[in-house]
This record gives sequence, C-alpha cells and structure tokens, in this order.
Amino acid sequence: MLELKSVRAGYGSFQALFDVSLEVRQGEAVSVIGPNGAGKTTLMRVISGLIRPTAGSIAMEGVDLVATPSYRIVEIGIAHVPESRRLFPRMTVEDNLRMGGFTPAARPKFQERLAVVYELFPRLRERRRQLAGSMSGGEQQMCAIGRALMSEPRLLLLDEPSAGLAPVIVEQVFDLVKRLRAGGLTVLIVEQNVQQVLRVVDRAYLLKAGSIRAAGTAADLLASDTIRQAYLGV
Amino acid sequence: MPVFDLFLLEALINGIFLGGVLALLSLGLNLIFGVIDVVWICYAELIMFGMYGMYFLYTVYHVPIVLAAAVCIIGVGLLGVLLHALVIAPLLGAAPINQLLATGGVLFFLQSAATVLFGVEFKNLGLRLPVLKVAGMFISYSRLLAFAAALIGMVLVYLFLTRTYTGAAIRAIAQDRQIMPLMGVNARRIYLITSALGGALAGLAACLLVLQYDVHPFVGLSFGPITFLICVLGSLGNFGGGFLAAFVFAEIISVGGLYLDLEWGYVFAFAFFIVMMFVRPEGLMAKRS
Repeated sequence: MLELKSVRAGYGSFQALFDVSLEVRQGEAVSVIGPNGAGKTTLMRVISGLIRPTAGSIAMEGVDLVATPSYRIVEIGIAHVPESRRLFPRMTVEDNLRMGGFTPAARPKFQERLAVVYELFPRLRERRRQLAGSMSGGEQQMCAIGRALMSEPRLLLLDEPSAGLAPVIVEQVFDLVKRLRAGGLTVLIVEQNVQQVLRVVDRAYLLKAGSIRAAGTAADLLASDTIRQAYLGV
Repeated sequence: MPVFDLFLLEALINGIFLGGVLALLSLGLNLIFGVIDVVWICYAELIMFGMYGMYFLYTVYHVPIVLAAAVCIIGVGLLGVLLHALVIAPLLGAAPINQLLATGGVLFFLQSAATVLFGVEFKNLGLRLPVLKVAGMFISYSRLLAFAAALIGMVLVYLFLTRTYTGAAIRAIAQDRQIMPLMGVNARRIYLITSALGGALAGLAACLLVLQYDVHPFVGLSFGPITFLICVLGSLGNFGGGFLAAFVFAEIISVGGLYLDLEWGYVFAFAFFIVMMFVRPEGLMAKRS
C-alpha cells in the first residue's frame, strides 16, 4: 500500500533520514520504533508531505507522493496525527473535526463521519462545543485522532500517540489502535513506548540515527536481543 | 452642572458610532496579520484609494451611491489581492523587517500615486446628510449610517468565518500554520481569499469614511496609526480584542473631546495607549497558553 524506497530527507544542511526503505501493506499495523532523535517524526512528515525528500521515492498504491502537492496527500487517503497532537486550541472540538473533513470529498459526508467519530469517542460528543485547548491531554489525543479519521483515510499515521499521557490513557490509545486495525484501517505508528506498541502491531522497523537497523514481526523483535537490551531494559 | 448628562450621553453615543467604524478598520488589519502574519502598513492607503473611488464614481460620474459602494468594495478587495500577489507572497519567507519595509514602501507609493493622479486638493462627495434631533441631542445621520453599515459588515465576516469551511480554515491557519496541509488546505489559496476579504473591508471602510471626511492623498495618516494602535492594544491578530479596543479608544476620544477640544480626545487616547503598553505590553487580550 505504502512504499518508501531509499528516502533521504532533512532540514537545511542537517540530514535526518539516510536511505530509508519500508513498506506498509493493506490492513497491517506497522510500527517504527527507535530512540529520541532517530528521525521518526521526520519519517512521518516526509510521508504526509510536510517536508520533501531530497532523494528516493514514496508511493501510495502506485501514486507518487513526492510529485503530489502536500495538501492533496490527504485526498489520496493518508491522514497524519502529528506529534504533540497539534489541535487548533482556540477552536471548538467540532470545528477541529470539521477541519479534519475539509477536503471536497469529505464535506458531503461530514455528519456521517462525525457520527463514526462520536461513536468511537463518546467523550468528544459531550465536549463538542468546548475549546480544544481546554481539554485534558487524553481528550486532546482522542480529538486529534478523531480529526484525522474525519477524512475517511485508508492509512493512518500516528506520531507518538502515547507521549505525555497517563499510563491508563496510554492503555486506551493502544487499545484504540487495535480496534481501528480490526476495523480494516491500515496503521503506521511511531513510538518510543516500545514494549507496549509491539503488542499491538504486526511488524516493526527499528530506526536509529536516520537509518533502518532492524525489521521484522513484532514477536521476533520482542524476542530479539538487540531490541531487548537497547529498549526494553531486560 | 445641569446639562452635563445630555452632552455626556451625546458623546457616549458618538463614541459608540466611532467605535463601530474603528472596529471595522481593525478587523481588516487583524485578519491579515492573524492569517498571513504580515502587517499591511499601507492598509489606510488602500482605504484612501477606496475613498477616491467613491468620489469619482458618485460625484464625478454620478453612479448611484449603492452601486458605487459595491464597485468600491470589490475594487479595493482586488487591490488587496494584487498587494498580496505582487508584494507579500514573494516575501513570505523573508525576515519580518523586510515585509514591513516593503508594505511601508507601498504606503509611500500609493500616497505619491494619489498625489500625481488626483492632486493634493481636498475632495468630498458633496452629499449633505441630515442631523437627527433625538431627545434634545444631535445625532449625525452619516455617523449612524456608518456605524450600522460597519456592524453589518462585521456580522457578515463573522458568519463567513464561523459558518463556512473556508472561514474555518482562515481561523485555523491563524492558530497553526504548519499543519494546514494535513487538513488538505492549500494555504496559498487561503492567503489570497483573506487578502481579498481584508481589501474588501478596507473598501467598505472607505465608503463609510468618505461620508464624514474629505479625501486627499494623505488622509490615510488620519486612520492608519490609530488602527495599528487599536490592533496592538487588542493584542495583534485577536479579533475580539481589536473589537473591544476599538470601542475603548473611541469612547476616550469622544468623551475626552467633550471636555476639551476634539484633539485632546486623541491625546488622551494615545496617552492611554502608552500607559497600557507599560501595564499590559501584550495587549488587553494577551494570549494565555
């Protein structure tokens, strides 16, 4: 479904990704794990077009994303929940969701998608007239994921969804990832919370200093010595 | 002081009328700053061109006044689009000081162009609107009209911003510019629409101001500085803050002018501004974050 080949990217003269290749297949949940500063967020941003690769190719079902204007990538079916949520803090929950359904294709389905999101997150329905910035971290994360789902994506990119949340909320977020995947959504998730994320995804890549150092099924990586020593502390 | 109350009331009412027009002026500037992150230093000069437009259409070519106003609003809206496309867009990535200097340059360009094209004489519509007598007070019909039209203009902008997808994108882009592509929003298109809207507001302001003031190439200096101060006092880019600050300023001008000369009203207003900058440098509605 999504295929990256030898992608290089960076900011100015700083290169963050070195020849990264990875693949996400239809219906899979895939994680990219790795330490702080490994280039995980850059990887997500290069897929959704927020930054452009300096070399390599990115394709979604054969559509070249590098040649697509960034604001059209969401129309292709990729929704990106950015790091630290990035809601519009002085807009209501419902207006934030409206922005998630901004594309011409999503507008006629607004009520339908809103019902789906409210079903998934009843708390958002209660808070729909509240300013997004006034909610708790967990509620904001729900709103950010809900906003991404408004465009009816086929591939959901989640960047550190558990960051800064209480353990019980983190549990809910990972549970949600499982449910979304069970519902047929393809998910690519970047996480530092390695042990927990590996329990909900099918496969994972280990990204370190801008390149892929290991790849495999979640079970294999959980069992692998390098991962265990480096990230699990056991 | 037996007649004190009536004069004070009249001044308060005039202050509210003036506040409506100042609020309209500040809304246009705030919209541009909030969305595009650029200050149109030449904003009042766009208004000046709109006032000349009204003068020529109505007084010289005898176009019906409502039609002239519509042409003027659309015309200044297009000027806003041109300003964005020719001057702002190429400088979006440049340092803020360069953007300020560029729009400052446009200010002098427009002033000089107006001097060459229209001369330095004061022109007016030659329209005499009646003065209403209500309960012993004199209420200027042109001020009342300007206030009502400004209010309608602001309500329309409010509805546009809150009821449409484009309006929601305009509010959103002012809060988080970088993630707009993730929503499927083409920021360049939103900038152009916002510039057209900012220009159209300047056009509407021109139609209202030309009812009360003569137009000349330097008329922008009468509204430009005070519009900036109002926007800063209301926290630059904050629409509600600008609205509130406009009425605060207008009442100080109007009531201050009641006891001394009208010019003293402005002195008090600017003094108030300076004091406020010490007390609340971020403006009345400093963002809490």
